[in-house]
Amino acid sequence: MNFSYYPGCTLKNKAQDLDRWARLSAEALGIHLEELETWQCCGGAYSMGKDEIASKLASVRALQAAKEKGQDLVTLCSACHNVLKQANDAMANDPDFSLRANNYMALDTPYKGETKVIHYLELLRDVVGFDNLKKAVKNPLKGKKIAAYYGCLLLRPGKVMQMDNPENPRIMEDFIRAIGAEPVLWANRNECCGGYAVLEDKAIAVKKSTAVMDNAADQQAEMLITACPLCLYNLTKNSASETRLPVKYFTELLAEALGVKE
Amino acid sequence: MSKYDREQILRTSGVNVLKCMRCGKCSATCPSYDEMEYHPHQFVYMVEKGEIEPLLQSKSLYKCLSCFACVERCPRGVEPAKLVEAVRLQVIRQQGMNHLKPDDIPALLDDDLPQQAIVTALRKYSK
Repeated sequence: MNFSYYPGCTLKNKAQDLDRWARLSAEALGIHLEELETWQCCGGAYSMGKDEIASKLASVRALQAAKEKGQDLVTLCSACHNVLKQANDAMANDPDFSLRANNYMALDTPYKGETKVIHYLELLRDVVGFDNLKKAVKNPLKGKKIAAYYGCLLLRPGKVMQMDNPENPRIMEDFIRAIGAEPVLWANRNECCGGYAVLEDKAIAVKKSTAVMDNAADQQAEMLITACPLCLYNLTKNSASETRLPVKYFTELLAEALGVKE
Repeated sequence: MSKYDREQILRTSGVNVLKCMRCGKCSATCPSYDEMEYHPHQFVYMVEKGEIEPLLQSKSLYKCLSCFACVERCPRGVEPAKLVEAVRLQVIRQQGMNHLKPDDIPALLDDDLPQQAIVTALRKYSK
């Protein structure tokens, strides 16, 4: 099966591992991710201003490109996913924004949010199926206790993201079970790591990341997994916890379980 | 000026401040609560009352992490983060009022900092 794929800026640079293991694993599962031929950076954060038009056009162009190919659009970075999904929702449900964005696009047929945007985790759950993933696993990660870290961007706002229950999600825990490991239940899995504020106020990132890391360690996790390069950075570089657990991209564990990790 | 600011902020955010029932859940759930001079529920209240000037001057504008916790958890669907964003836009859309400048970036980098952090901060703090 073929899907359009939007990697985003960070996956071409600091988070190449997140991308590489995702592509290899998808091939092993019979899915081909076709990177959009031309895509631009999503901007990292969705501008919440309703009159912010130009800063959302990169997303609209990517969504339109997938529509032209007649494919669903797969994302992987939590931030890209959040931005594309929210921009798509605005194109479908905010007529004023949609009209103004389409004026820039000058398409024969206006774009109205037709493309289905799915995160790679949703690809695993809804297209492959966690049961089938479990059957495809060659090296189950037996006995590994893993804390699924959702952070803020994958789930919220829930009425737009529609990936899972935003307060009590299970998609990453189900993924952990499918690769043969054991999910740890913990409170801070959907709390913020401090995000981009790290750039000018490191203290916020230290405080927030430490709270997340401490909670995962208290619940006896051996490692954390994430889909977000900025979460991985903050947790590994800025948590001041006594126990600093390893933080990995979920795609790395997937590749390991599928036996495609070189 | 203040009346114009209030109308523009309401229009940009799309927030209906009159829906707020002052339960304070937005501030209770805000990860930046300790860092803020004005908290999410105060943004809602102060915009409603037209007390815009203190908000425009406040560093609290740059402490919101855009984590959508208050948006998700508001029982009335007020979505305070959109109001914080609209007030910040009101400031940084003015000539010379960018909070972060591209020239500031090189000094803030380290070897592992993901591009995502840079583009997000520029989007949030600059126009």
